[in-house]
Amino acid sequence: MTAALAQTATLGRRAVVRTARQPANVVFPLIFPMLLLAVNAGGLKAATRLPGFPTNSFLAFALAVPFVQGALLATINANVEFARDIQTGFLNRLALTPVRGIVLLVGQLGGLLAIAVVQAAFYLVVGLAFGVRLASGVGGAAMLLLLEIVIALAFAALGSWAALRTGSTEAVQGLFPVFFVFLFLSSMNMPRNLIEADWFRWVATLNPVSYLIEAVRSLVIEGWNWEALGLGFASAGVLSIVGFTLATHALWRRLERT
Amino acid sequence: MSDALPVARGVAWRVLHMFFTSPAFLLPSLAFPLFFFTAFVGGLSRVSQIPGFDFPSGYTAFQFVFVLLQSAAFAGVFTGFGIARDFESGFMRRLMLAAPNRSGILLGYAVSALVRWLTVAAVVTVVALLARMEVGGSGVDLFGLYALALLLNLAGTLWATGVAMRLRTQQAAPVMQMPVFLLLFFAPVYVPLDLLQGWIHGVASVNPITALLEAGRGLISGRPELTFVAFAIGLGLITGFAVWALRGLRSAEASGS
Repeated sequence: MTAALAQTATLGRRAVVRTARQPANVVFPLIFPMLLLAVNAGGLKAATRLPGFPTNSFLAFALAVPFVQGALLATINANVEFARDIQTGFLNRLALTPVRGIVLLVGQLGGLLAIAVVQAAFYLVVGLAFGVRLASGVGGAAMLLLLEIVIALAFAALGSWAALRTGSTEAVQGLFPVFFVFLFLSSMNMPRNLIEADWFRWVATLNPVSYLIEAVRSLVIEGWNWEALGLGFASAGVLSIVGFTLATHALWRRLERT
Repeated sequence: MSDALPVARGVAWRVLHMFFTSPAFLLPSLAFPLFFFTAFVGGLSRVSQIPGFDFPSGYTAFQFVFVLLQSAAFAGVFTGFGIARDFESGFMRRLMLAAPNRSGILLGYAVSALVRWLTVAAVVTVVALLARMEVGGSGVDLFGLYALALLLNLAGTLWATGVAMRLRTQQAAPVMQMPVFLLLFFAPVYVPLDLLQGWIHGVASVNPITALLEAGRGLISGRPELTFVAFAIGLGLITGFAVWALRGLRSAEASGS
């Protein structure tokens, strides 16, 4: 057990260090969501004048988006590296050592979660610096980071499945637009009850990303909305379990071939 | 000049052959504008009910103009990605050795970017019309709208080409993409300029893309405004980025890669 923990920590540390050594993989997931936040918060500020809009600050409303988007970007970057490990044969060499298969996966996911938490802290600090105040207080900030871990785990598990299934960096990069489709077809820019087009409201309601965003958003603008939090954690939890199951299966299949 | 045309034809044919036969190139080019159009029109149509939002042709047409211009600019940027890829694969080195007139290489990439965009624009237009977009402008107005987008396509291509020729690596993709993304999104994307508040209003007011966007929206609604200014800006961008791209070509020639 101790050996497995040490191996997990080593592989997790490797995932973090490898990301940290590539400035583009660090800076882009930090800056790009902030730029999109700035654009949307500025461009859609007038939307707060719509009757029924839940806050008069679009920045506070939209602050939830970078948390989900950042988790997506971190997932893509980390899993591209994971796929590269497969392409270069690193995973095959590891498979010849006493490291257990599941440790490979958990180590990889652990490293990614560490990166996601650092990103989330950055987004939170930027939001606070620009005048956003969490309606849920300091405890809400802690809950937000916990939620970010679960969200990142969900995307990371699905991304790891893609990396293990295909063993191709291009295929993992190809997930980027797919994830973004889910992000844009959600309630990221408008509360679901204010979405005018029926079909879009339906899509947003079926889209689990809406619940992830709304859970984060509830901590920022509402306070402790247990229904929103419950739906957010449940969505992320289900995605994590599905992703982890698929990734574990893909890992076994890949190690069988080694 | 006559020896540049065969080079341009060869380069354009190669790029377009790859574009139309490889789903990995074709699908993202088509999907992204459609996806933006769907997300903005479907998710944000309530924005047209904000007091002071007075665009006569409705929110679908309002967003169509943005998506058309965005697709034009990004068709150019994607062409720049292809040029960087050609440098990394060593194809550009062979192309430069073989081409009797290397300016034809730039021309070929520009033509291919134009055809790529025309394909995307046709699909986006059909989808917008199926979504019951209201068009208030006349045929001349619409011709002006597409001509404006064409100018932006050429400007985007020349910008990305200049970057690709200087940096010669696919890692330069964010350098090509990010300034274009920022220029496009720091314009009045979601609401008219008058409804923007704070810093974004200041930025959008001096952003050259704002004039193109407002002129395009004026043309589609049949109430032209800022049209001459927009065309002047488009031509200015092309002139500036043509120099940028040609100097980039010379830089690539000098580097021997």
